[in-house]
Amino acid sequence: MFDIERWQEIFDTIRKNKLRTFLTGLSVASGIFILVILLGFGQGLQNGVANEFAEDASNRIWVWTQTTTKEYKGLNPGRPIQLRNENHKFIERQFKEELDHRSAVFRIRDASVYYKKEVLSYSVQGISYGYQFIDNQHMSAGRFINQLDEESAAKVVVISNKIRREVFDKDQDPVNEFLDIAGIKFKIVGVYGDHGGDREEERIFIPITTAQRVFNGADRVNNLSYTLKPASSFNEAVEASLNFDEGLQKYLREAHIVAPDDPSAINTFNSLREARRYYNLVDGMKMFFWFVGICTIIAGVVGVSNIMLIVVKDRTREIGIRKALGAKPWSIIAMILHESTFITAISGFGGLIFSMAILEFLGPYIEIEYVLNPSVNFNVAISTVFVLILAGMIAGFFPAWRAARIHTIEALRDE
Amino acid sequence: MATMIEIKDLHKSYQMGKNSLHVLKGIDFSAEEGELVAIMGSSGSGKSTLLNILGLLDVADSGEYLLDGKLIKNLNETKAAKYRNKFLGFIFQSFNLINYKSALENVTLPLYYQGVNRKERQRKAMKYLEMVGLKEWSHHLPNELSGGQKQRVAIARAMVGEPKVILADELTGALDSTTSYEVMDVIQKINDQGNTILVVTHENDIAHMCKRIIYLKDGVIEEDKKIKQVRASEYVQ
Repeated sequence: MFDIERWQEIFDTIRKNKLRTFLTGLSVASGIFILVILLGFGQGLQNGVANEFAEDASNRIWVWTQTTTKEYKGLNPGRPIQLRNENHKFIERQFKEELDHRSAVFRIRDASVYYKKEVLSYSVQGISYGYQFIDNQHMSAGRFINQLDEESAAKVVVISNKIRREVFDKDQDPVNEFLDIAGIKFKIVGVYGDHGGDREEERIFIPITTAQRVFNGADRVNNLSYTLKPASSFNEAVEASLNFDEGLQKYLREAHIVAPDDPSAINTFNSLREARRYYNLVDGMKMFFWFVGICTIIAGVVGVSNIMLIVVKDRTREIGIRKALGAKPWSIIAMILHESTFITAISGFGGLIFSMAILEFLGPYIEIEYVLNPSVNFNVAISTVFVLILAGMIAGFFPAWRAARIHTIEALRDE
Repeated sequence: MATMIEIKDLHKSYQMGKNSLHVLKGIDFSAEEGELVAIMGSSGSGKSTLLNILGLLDVADSGEYLLDGKLIKNLNETKAAKYRNKFLGFIFQSFNLINYKSALENVTLPLYYQGVNRKERQRKAMKYLEMVGLKEWSHHLPNELSGGQKQRVAIARAMVGEPKVILADELTGALDSTTSYEVMDVIQKINDQGNTILVVTHENDIAHMCKRIIYLKDGVIEEDKKIKQVRASEYVQ
């Protein structure tokens, strides 16, 4: 297997044609480099999308309403649709088996909020106790709104880490302090954090029952939000959420006399449906990256093949001499294949190692929206190695075949 | 003496566009073991074509060819390569050495294709380089050698596989007369050891250093005669 003379010949040829070999190797190395970087970027995109969805519960469904745009059952378009407590309760009863967490949301507009004499400009939302799990908030101090708070319409409030930083002293514990909201004292019972960062930490939460009473909300609700029980697979989860979404829309459209084809009166945001769209997009992009990468490698392989054809042409006389001395066609093929596979593999490994080093050292520092920690896993790297060896063999095969078919006498006459 | 080469009614034509060029028109001859035969003839007489067929580098259209008693017929390229390697040694006018290999490496090549191990290859190659007087030049590249030295490397290469027959095509064609005689001196010494050698040449003095001359004219043997061999050593200082 190890034939020192074959290796000697390969190194002799490389030594004689340094620039040509370097340029050939460079085309293969660039191909592999581009493929690995693209695949790493594709993985980073997947990580980024997964991370974006991890910020909220991944099977979240959010409902909001607008005005009708279509005439339906004698009712004119332009009619505002208002969600109510009874809608929330009906859905809770109807989909009891499917639901994991639920919360109605009542937004309070222009509420004046004070801490001592300081005016705070944060939005106030009335929510149910399950909201913490729907919006994926974690507690950094105290507790969230609980069932008792909701049932007793307690005057309690949960603030965010951002508000704590901006309003309270560094060493001050805000829990058990009081906020003044629309002239009523609310006791701070907890401080929450949100993976979405400061953008998501502009909100102050109070129990929805309290919000509706204090701010004259009656039984009005702005949003409904739910999470479904976990499913055994992503596809099953998507299926379940689409079914729930459909049932929910059907009920709300009937309850509020909205045309089934009205595009904007009742709206839902289904995070799994969105996730599936993103994942499909990411899958598509990864496929595209593979395609581009493979095309780049093919370009490199064609380059190597071309160079090997020139090598064969240059060495025609030598091939004739070898054949006259007893070289069998297969040994000529093996000689050319060996050389092309060696050049392709060495330069490809160079590209592979360089690109993986870049991903390894720079990947963790890349923080672009929807791109997180681009990397290439071991299996992909191994696959790339096989692609390389195969590419080298393909690159060498046609020149080798051609070399083996050269007529000995004609080869000996070659100048 | 065993018959090493025997050909009967050998024909060979080449297609030149629409015309067919009949180069060999029924050649019959045989060469015994240990013979040193010169094949002479003017340009286009068919002497190189004959040598190519004898060397299994080309195939006759018709006729019979026996090499060491074996009928050579319908050989594929792999089998032809095997026969060339085992039975034949070639010496070319233009030496045909591989220019990036040293003299020693060039000489080891036939053994490499015979599957001989590296150590044995080097030992044998060195032995034959010594025989042609180039032991000290074994690690030189061809472009560091003179024409005569190159041809002696080629002779060592043709000899190293210990073939039954050595075929030499104008082996002195690229050499001056002094060097030609030196090379012929080596050839005669090899022949003295019992090797069968066929030399294609157009040089009369070289032909007379052989034991037999075959004259080809227009694709047929015009004359085939045994001669009194002139020893090249008489001309070598």
